[in-house]
Amino acid sequence: MVIIFQSKPSLLAGGVVAGPLENRSIFSQYFDAVYDDERWQMKTNEQGHRKMIEEACDAAMKKIGVQSGDIDYFMGGDLVNQMTPTNFAARDLEIPFIGLFSACATSVSSAIVACLLTELGAANFSLAGASSQHNAIERQFRYPINYGAQKPKTAQWTVTAAGYALIGKHREEYPSIEAATIGKSVDYGMDDPFHMGAAMAPAAFQTIQSHLQQRNQKIYHYDLILTGDLGQLGLKLLKGMLVENGVKNEELTLLRDAGAEFYGQDEAFQSGASGAGCSAAVFFSYVIQQMRAGSYKRVLLVATGALLSPLSYQQGETIPCTAHAIEITMK
Amino acid sequence: MVMTFVFAFIVGGIICVIGQLLMDVGNLTPAHTLSTLVILGAILDGMGLYEPLIDFAGAGATVPITSFGNSLTHGAMAEAEKHGLVGVLTGMFEVTSSGISAAIVFGFIGALIFKPKGNID
Amino acid sequence: MEKEQYQQLEQNVTPKPPYLKNVAKAFFVGGLICAIGQAVSLFYIIFFNFTEATAGNPTVATMVFFAMLLTGLGLYKRIGQFAGAGSAVPVTGFGNAVISAAIEHRSEGLVLGVGGNLFKLAGSVVLFGVVSAFFVALIKYILVTIGVVSW
Repeated sequence: MVIIFQSKPSLLAGGVVAGPLENRSIFSQYFDAVYDDERWQMKTNEQGHRKMIEEACDAAMKKIGVQSGDIDYFMGGDLVNQMTPTNFAARDLEIPFIGLFSACATSVSSAIVACLLTELGAANFSLAGASSQHNAIERQFRYPINYGAQKPKTAQWTVTAAGYALIGKHREEYPSIEAATIGKSVDYGMDDPFHMGAAMAPAAFQTIQSHLQQRNQKIYHYDLILTGDLGQLGLKLLKGMLVENGVKNEELTLLRDAGAEFYGQDEAFQSGASGAGCSAAVFFSYVIQQMRAGSYKRVLLVATGALLSPLSYQQGETIPCTAHAIEITMK
Repeated sequence: MVMTFVFAFIVGGIICVIGQLLMDVGNLTPAHTLSTLVILGAILDGMGLYEPLIDFAGAGATVPITSFGNSLTHGAMAEAEKHGLVGVLTGMFEVTSSGISAAIVFGFIGALIFKPKGNID
Repeated sequence: MEKEQYQQLEQNVTPKPPYLKNVAKAFFVGGLICAIGQAVSLFYIIFFNFTEATAGNPTVATMVFFAMLLTGLGLYKRIGQFAGAGSAVPVTGFGNAVISAAIEHRSEGLVLGVGGNLFKLAGSVVLFGVVSAFFVALIKYILVTIGVVSW
């Protein structure tokens, strides 16, 4: 079932803050700040991660002149165990808080919950988003940063970025959220943590299909369908699945992936960017700004996430994935 | 003299190629690959084949991780020959400790001096 | 799309590793590291009076020292991305595994962090080295005792 937001909550602002390597992103011009210290002058990666989240929230709040005391709810998450960076940021922001774990799809799942609270009339302003810090996550899910493992072409680079959207009651001049689809946990038998794109593509396909079907829409009703971090290979697989389902090749040009484009054509990043911060950074900077500038009128943002843990991989399990979607329109 | 370098280069290179094939074709993780090579070194020494390889290739056989399996087995067998069955346990680390000790000591020192940096190139 | 169909699509789209290039790079870098090890060995034999047999120990320790420097400066991972097994298989790779884990976990303190995680990556090598040496030596001992082979 698709969720329809009758009151059309608006994306009033986006705050995106990123680390030094993300200066090489083609989207960096849309970010609010790019820091040259990946730890934000803190002692540990995890503390820097927390600081980055706070700065992103501050950036968003400044844009419409509110403070944390004005915010009703803080929804967010990250990939670190028990999401402590986000938990600690919530402590410092002092806003009622629910942490959400949808892996790299957290940017949209947080936004959906914030929209539901706004639609209910329970919230005037909410912060919703996600973040990731490369060092903190690599050491948890894969290898220590300085370990000399050889990454394959299918691997993706976890970005250091935090993206938070300020969601509030409908305002005409701002991009507004009309509908949303909450995805299932989808498992097509992929088991390689260095090839997440292949694991996530079926989830993205199912969510997109479900949303379009329920809304009685086709791909060409949109100016842009942007997935979170399928990477170049995951995007290819998604397009392959859509073609098999009757989508025409011309329509496929409307389909893009934030992770695949994040670092441009730089081969050092293999298949592209990933991480909870990847979709958040691009959705809540580039997309919001482009919509306000009039470039897009109707956009479907589909954040994708791989729901595995280092333990599940060691135990020989496959990787179930999810994808959540929000449909945003602009007058 | 030059030939010792050439043989070291070639034999060391070949052992690494075996490792690369285990990773690329066999789809093994680095940990699985290195464990396999270490076991290989142990078996080769049990058959009396690793010491001749060291005589031939020098560092080409002592530097790869296979030599770790070799020296553990060598130490165990030497002690067993001298002192019977218990030597299998007591002899193992006699000739091998330098690699592990060095890794532990330099790991500790490294942890004091360095901080991890997320650079890509 | 059905699971089997998708898995077929994935097989077609996913690029295979460049086998020949990887093997060539592993051969070259692995061989080079061993040649450097040979030079280090000779250095100890000539200047420190080690013999061919005993030079192995200080050589390995020196190679691990080099691994520490390269690991700490963030250079070993670049070599690793290029060379794959060429840098993982030599003992420098073992050093890199231990030292990178130590550096990484310093933020949790020396006891729980460094001490508790030191062998996170390299532990399997130590485990299987010791266990296989045990069984090989045991089998050899039994064969010698029953007179099939000699030491």
